[in-house]
Amino acid sequence: MENNAKKWNVEQGDDRGSSKVYPPPAPVRVDQTKKKRKKQDFWVIVGFLGPALLIYGLYVIYSIAMTFYYSLFEWSGIDTHMVFAGLQNYITLIGDHVFWTSLQNNFLLVAASLLTQLPLGLIMALLLFSPIKGMRFFRSIYFMPFLMSTVAIGILFIYIYDGNFGIVNQILGQLGLESWQRGWLGNEETAIWAVIATVCWQFAPFYMILFRAAIVGIPEELYEAAEMDGASSRKKFLKITLPLLIPTIITSSILSIIGALKYFDLIYVMTDGGPNNSTELMATYMYEQTFTNFNMGYGSSISFSMFIIALFVTLIIIVFDQKRKGAN
Amino acid sequence: MLNRIRQIPLYILAILLLLFTGLPFFVMVSTSFKTQIEFMSAPWSLPESFSFENYRLLLESEFFRFFFNSVIVSVISVVAVIVLGAMASYPLARMRFKLNRPLFILFLVGMMIPIHTTLIPIFLLTKNMGLYDTIWALPGPYIAFALPVSIVIFTQFLKDLPKELEESAKMDGCGPFRLFWKILFPLLTPAVATVAIYNFIQIWNEFIFALVLTNSEENATLPLGLREFYGQFSVNVPGIMAALTLGSLPLLLIYLVAQEKIVKGIAAGSVKG
Repeated sequence: MENNAKKWNVEQGDDRGSSKVYPPPAPVRVDQTKKKRKKQDFWVIVGFLGPALLIYGLYVIYSIAMTFYYSLFEWSGIDTHMVFAGLQNYITLIGDHVFWTSLQNNFLLVAASLLTQLPLGLIMALLLFSPIKGMRFFRSIYFMPFLMSTVAIGILFIYIYDGNFGIVNQILGQLGLESWQRGWLGNEETAIWAVIATVCWQFAPFYMILFRAAIVGIPEELYEAAEMDGASSRKKFLKITLPLLIPTIITSSILSIIGALKYFDLIYVMTDGGPNNSTELMATYMYEQTFTNFNMGYGSSISFSMFIIALFVTLIIIVFDQKRKGAN
Repeated sequence: MLNRIRQIPLYILAILLLLFTGLPFFVMVSTSFKTQIEFMSAPWSLPESFSFENYRLLLESEFFRFFFNSVIVSVISVVAVIVLGAMASYPLARMRFKLNRPLFILFLVGMMIPIHTTLIPIFLLTKNMGLYDTIWALPGPYIAFALPVSIVIFTQFLKDLPKELEESAKMDGCGPFRLFWKILFPLLTPAVATVAIYNFIQIWNEFIFALVLTNSEENATLPLGLREFYGQFSVNVPGIMAALTLGSLPLLLIYLVAQEKIVKGIAAGSVKG
């Protein structure tokens, strides 16, 4: 660029006084600067984005594509013997009643999460704003479950639900409800509910935090104005707090639904899908097929189905959310 | 007085919820101080004398190896996520180019992907890279799955910084890398804290990748190690409770020290995600 400019000046000097008119230099120079800057920008973009994109591309994007690819094969995963099977794995999957049980359990978990964790989280968040003494202490304890590792929670609750010395049975005994005592995780009827209660224990504090953050963000003036009009606290909640919390409720629902669809750790530790597949989830079934039974092709088809289901559910939520926003 | 009476239901509710959330912790910690014989005779009563025997045994076990594995893996992953995430966010937040929006959405999608969908290829990839059954197998997937949230947080923050910062730096002849690290990155501190806290909790407690990508006891992280303990000593309930308590202690201690920051970090990390 600098060279160009010099040249121009020299030429201009040489031809001083002649009638020859040179074209104005500006467009050429801007064009070249732009090109050069674009080139420089390109390398900045590559240099800054490249490393992250590489890792993300390899572990996430490439892996999803490969999951689909592997799902088209009959393959143990231990040896190199792969037989192309087309969509056979998916056809088997549709006829596999354990898969349907696990899908059903996943949706049960979705419903239970929405109906227990969110309301409980909201109640806890609202309590944090009530004029109770020692609220800081309450809040600290309320939040603690979320910091514990899922594995630790799973092991702790195995003992809590234990049929012989578990504290749940101890409490029932104290209340005179001996007939209710049982080995909660060993029973096909109760195992899934025992797990769901544990999931609720773990995640309600998380939603409490989200709701608390949202309530803090509500302008104080709104409540002051409502008070001037003599609104009761119930009315204030229904007319101010709740409507303004709707975006947070939607975000929380998305998190809760997606979380429930990919749930694995707790079930794996507590019941490993048992007894008799009654707590099987898509993820635990995938793990079992892949790493216990060595059906890597079939396991991949379960994996990929999970991806499609999660994608589908997310899209539905997004479309609904857009519609709601449009309606407002 | 009337106000006080009105508050009674609130207190009852608050205390019930306190029991619901706190009782399992209380049981865990109090049992960890019992001897096995004491536990057998009265499983859930308070310990009669505080015995540190369970903790002493833990110190002699593999526990600290698990602990250090977890520290190494978590710290490396979190630092890498901060560096790579912040760098990637710079062009996404402050430069115009054709692929900007598509790339950002590509990262966004990562937040709804069930990690299990990638488990089998990552398992095979790790084997091919020769990293299987080493703790070095873990940072890769941890970084990859932490990037989306981190990039969302960083880009949002970077977008709010004034444009003049770069212009004046460019006038002084500052190159893009120096501009980013010397001028923009120091201003990102609050976002860095959020990203670090949010991801540290997730990675510290991560289980399934550790389960699939490592095998031997010496390479186990803490969650995996706890499960190992449970498998070996499940009869020794007080011993297991001591392991669970000690394993949960680091995050709980950090929480006690930096409560507000952690709570804010989690709220920001998830809502933006």
